[in-house]
Amino acid sequence: MASKYINITLKVWRQKNANAKGAMETYKLNEVSTDSSFLEMMDQLNEQLINDRQEPVAFDHDCREGICGMCSMYINGRAHGPDTGTTTCQLHMRKFNDGDTIYIEPWRAKAFPVIKDLVVDRSAFDRIQQAGGFVSVNTSGRTMDANAIPVPKVDADKAFEAAACIGCGACVASCKNSSAMLFVGAKVSQYALLPQGRVEAKERVLNMVRQMDEEGFGNCTNTGACEVECPKGISIENIARMNREFLKAALTSEK
Amino acid sequence: MSKSAILSSSIAKKYWMALTGLFLCLFLVGHLLGNLQLILIDGEDGKRAFNEYAYFMTHNPFIKILSYVTYISILFHAVDGILLAIQNKKARPVNYHYNNPSANSKLPARQMAVLGSAILIFIVIHMANFWWKMKYSSKQMPLHTYVVYPPQTGNPSGDTLYYTTSGMQLPVSAQFEIRDGNKIFISDEWLNSEIEAAKSQGQEIDPKMFENKDKNVEIAEGYKDLHSLVYAFFGHNRSEQGFETNTMPEIALLLYVLSMIVLSFHLMHGFSSAFQSLGLNHRKYTPLIKKFGLVFSILVPLGFAIIPIVIYLTK
Amino acid sequence: MSMLDSKIPEGHISQKWTDYKNHLKLVAPNNRPKIDVIVVGTGLAGSSAAASLGEMGYNVKAFCFQDSPRRAHSIAAQGGINAAKNYQNDGDSIYRLFYDTIKGGDYRAREANVHRLAEVSGNIIDQCVAQGVPFAREYGGLLDNRSFGGTQVQRTFYAAGQTGQQLLLGAYSALSRQVGLGRVQMFHRHEMLDIVKVDGKARGIIARNLVTGEIERHSAHAVIIATGGYGNVYFLSTNAMGSNVTAAWKIHKQGAMFANPCFVQIHPTCIPVHGANQSKLTLMSESLRNSGRIWVPKRKEDAEAIREGRLKPTQLAEEDRDYFLERRYPAFGNLVPRDVASRAAKERCDAGYGIEANDTNEGVYLDFSSEIRSKGKQAAFAQGDQNPSEDKILELGKKWVEEKYGNLFQMYEKITDENPYETPMKIYPAVHYTMGGVWVDYNLQSSIPGCFVAGEANFSDHGANRLGASALMQGLADGYFVLPYTVSDYLANEIRTGKIPTDTPEFEEAENRVKSSIDRMLSNNGTKSVDHFHKRLGLIMWNKVGMGRNEQGLKEAIEEIATLKKEFFADVFVPGSAEELNPELEKALRVADLIDLGQLMAIDALQRKESCGGHFRDEYQDEEGETLRDDENFKYVAAWEYKGDDISQEQLHKEELKYEFIKIAARNYK
Repeated sequence: MASKYINITLKVWRQKNANAKGAMETYKLNEVSTDSSFLEMMDQLNEQLINDRQEPVAFDHDCREGICGMCSMYINGRAHGPDTGTTTCQLHMRKFNDGDTIYIEPWRAKAFPVIKDLVVDRSAFDRIQQAGGFVSVNTSGRTMDANAIPVPKVDADKAFEAAACIGCGACVASCKNSSAMLFVGAKVSQYALLPQGRVEAKERVLNMVRQMDEEGFGNCTNTGACEVECPKGISIENIARMNREFLKAALTSEK
Repeated sequence: MSKSAILSSSIAKKYWMALTGLFLCLFLVGHLLGNLQLILIDGEDGKRAFNEYAYFMTHNPFIKILSYVTYISILFHAVDGILLAIQNKKARPVNYHYNNPSANSKLPARQMAVLGSAILIFIVIHMANFWWKMKYSSKQMPLHTYVVYPPQTGNPSGDTLYYTTSGMQLPVSAQFEIRDGNKIFISDEWLNSEIEAAKSQGQEIDPKMFENKDKNVEIAEGYKDLHSLVYAFFGHNRSEQGFETNTMPEIALLLYVLSMIVLSFHLMHGFSSAFQSLGLNHRKYTPLIKKFGLVFSILVPLGFAIIPIVIYLTK
Repeated sequence: MSMLDSKIPEGHISQKWTDYKNHLKLVAPNNRPKIDVIVVGTGLAGSSAAASLGEMGYNVKAFCFQDSPRRAHSIAAQGGINAAKNYQNDGDSIYRLFYDTIKGGDYRAREANVHRLAEVSGNIIDQCVAQGVPFAREYGGLLDNRSFGGTQVQRTFYAAGQTGQQLLLGAYSALSRQVGLGRVQMFHRHEMLDIVKVDGKARGIIARNLVTGEIERHSAHAVIIATGGYGNVYFLSTNAMGSNVTAAWKIHKQGAMFANPCFVQIHPTCIPVHGANQSKLTLMSESLRNSGRIWVPKRKEDAEAIREGRLKPTQLAEEDRDYFLERRYPAFGNLVPRDVASRAAKERCDAGYGIEANDTNEGVYLDFSSEIRSKGKQAAFAQGDQNPSEDKILELGKKWVEEKYGNLFQMYEKITDENPYETPMKIYPAVHYTMGGVWVDYNLQSSIPGCFVAGEANFSDHGANRLGASALMQGLADGYFVLPYTVSDYLANEIRTGKIPTDTPEFEEAENRVKSSIDRMLSNNGTKSVDHFHKRLGLIMWNKVGMGRNEQGLKEAIEEIATLKKEFFADVFVPGSAEELNPELEKALRVADLIDLGQLMAIDALQRKESCGGHFRDEYQDEEGETLRDDENFKYVAAWEYKGDDISQEQLHKEELKYEFIKIAARNYK
């Protein structure tokens, strides 16, 4: 790992608060180690801004190991930047070259309003989850034994692949329609594939889709951008499964 | 059945897009097979086959229903598509300053609304050029005629006959009245001349045949000559059939071929996308559907495009 | 000792919890809606507690500083969760899990708490499966297990390398359900900045809305703190950037004792430090030690050649490698507990065998080549190929490894740009978990009545060292199966209290405390960033209160931190205002508390003149370099009482640990 140092130009979206008008600002940043993660580069920028008595750039981040789903930057025209299967926090500066100009913007969607700079409000995802993303069992622990119902490994694995979603919103950000179908499809699929989730499969898919529509996300036009940009590689076959589940539920639901 | 879900939800809108889209794919296949008669069968036989086909397509009750389904599908597909596009646009009020969508998706997939709108415009023009002329501008739409060549001489007999759906062949020179585009009614003069002609040969025509001796007796239906219309549109001289020859057939040809390229791109995404929308995604079959969709999206528009090219080249 | 009543019930260890539960007071369903409960933190413990209490019918208000409760750092746990299910029929039992945990904790945990944990462990798995958590399964459709450090059975349930994520999402789904039903009110992007006591009881919190900056008063009949550990006192750790001690420290300042702060777990398998701008360390799951072998070169020259890039690890012959864990601990080998593995790595690197080319040469290899070969061979045989080619063995072996650890390998490659299928991983210990925390009794109640503490934030179950895959177990056990009983017992006396008003002097006072601390930060107008001080604190902590500690270093650390604290308050610069989203302000408030805590950790480490678990005093080791416990003098929980701004004045209270059911012995993994 021979580390290099590069000088870069950053064009960053700055917006004081939700109601303010934002604009792209330009910053020069020198001596960035190529071993740094993208967010460490942002730390470095903020340190520079603070030293210059300017306000640092607000951005969401937490675990910095690609699992919490908090980081959310649109870098050089792509959600989480140029690398695939990566969150912004796992993107490293070795993917960039000396002299590069890097554009950094917040997720753009009506359902994800900007709070400040690069920070957006993704609570729409929480509300979709609250509409049906659960199994209605109580928390007594007095359910049946964990091994009472065998689950085919293929189904368990597929459920896991769907459940790997970190709720970062890259699917929405990269979709030209700001559609949340990959997120919702993944959640619906996880439960639809497991016997424990089948019991309320109908209500779940109807309620979650209704909430999704109410939040103002766009529609899916199957461009497949979401699965390419999803840091966890969640497949659009989960969207198809949701479509299937929805059709079944809509046709047979008694409501 | 959950009414609100099946009508208004974003997913239901996708089902409708997919169902109407797939139906229109089927329509394309039928349409193409019919159209291919324009170039696959030569001469009078081809003309006859095509015009008979056109007649069948406009008169068979089952086809009639199908054609209404097709119109509705096109309308629904277009309106739903435009509504979706507007909704999707609204879902992102502020655009990215810098975007690089080609990194994650193909151009046709992102431009379905634009491609679809272009196709809609094409359909309107296409229907004005052919369907409207055939269906409604009845006065300008000549019927299928052909020249008799007696087998003995092989020379034109001088008789030009209407080719009719009842199997009768009626001389163009005779006095008919043609109403509703292709319905042939007798005229007094012709009736009298026919009675006279019969008499002179010692035959008698049963006057009961013409109990209502006015002009309201339909004796046959002529085939509208769509075949010649098409040929004239793409540059053939069909003035003897009563068609104005298109003086700029190259433009018609170019626009038609361009439209087929647009259709090809639309199908390239649309075909397999419809299956995805309907939830038909399977690790084994989806790759096959995608391959088939690609072949379909190339072959069908290509087939359509070849027809005017061949017609143009045989001018 | 009256201040520290652990309230451990009488009776046989296996009956204590059952008997105790049977005699706890209850709140009738019709009374529960009259009672408010605040839960701070939405990790495994917080989410599960909020969901369970909401389910029971209490009015719950849940708080998290992240943008969604699903992002709490429990999500980053990779390897698995322990449960005494004995599905693998390899001799596991509740007693064995209990025993392993006490032994793993180096005999510094409470027997009764740990046994209760082992008892409910099975329920956790049942509960999670019922919630739709997609655990790994075998081909027969039943749950799969793997082994973890410090045990000789396979009792760890897992979901690839994302077990924490799946469990948290399970708890989050239960929480979401309650939010949807209106029984839990969720306050995201809210940070608790103080607790409010009325008549000595916890009656509410002061929280800051991180988006608007508004200071809010929230009242409740009980407050549950589930805000995780304080590993970020080291600046570099595997904790999330936002992980902090503030909530725990604020209740400490209001009277809750802080127990065993010096017990910190240094995890052996993390990616080594790369540079000065590094913001955090990344863990490579302990499960990797099932398949990887840890080594350094036998000769210093080779280590040096590797560091300088002249030699590749793959070029080093088998006999030139020192598999130091297998050499020192043949019985457990690479699966010794975390503290043991970490110290062994440090020992090798201190002796000059480290292989990472960073400032400190700190790094050892974690090598999968043997496993790739052996699994490849097995797979080939399974396919009927009795005489597989070398290439085929490697291909099949890599496939096996990919299936088992694919996401971890990918993550490693992303961070380091090296392919761990081809060249061994470089790893080094990093701060990972804090066993110490707020002192709680058997009910998980702190020394403030009505203030309960759960999960990593309390000190209760792991003694001086936590075994792998036990943190998830404890978080969910506390939230699902302990707090609902013990909190209800407390609340049974509150059914006549009525709504707690927030316009009282107590709330006023607490709010003023918060406001003045914020004003102090913003009006300071210093010259240095918060991170500048945080990094300096981290260095002091890592070097002097880290893996190896000694009297002199600890004394220096106490002084240095005191100086740092003065400098911090004199020279920190926090831009922006209080009425907006201001991440620098958030950091500043947290670092102020971490500085105080760091000092207390050093003080605690200094008084504990023994080595045990994660606490290793250089002065107290045996001739082989193993920890030397002093059970006669230090078999106690050190609980500290806050005595004002000068941390060195904190008063030590001792809770004696009694081992009635386990014979206390030297910990031996040889």
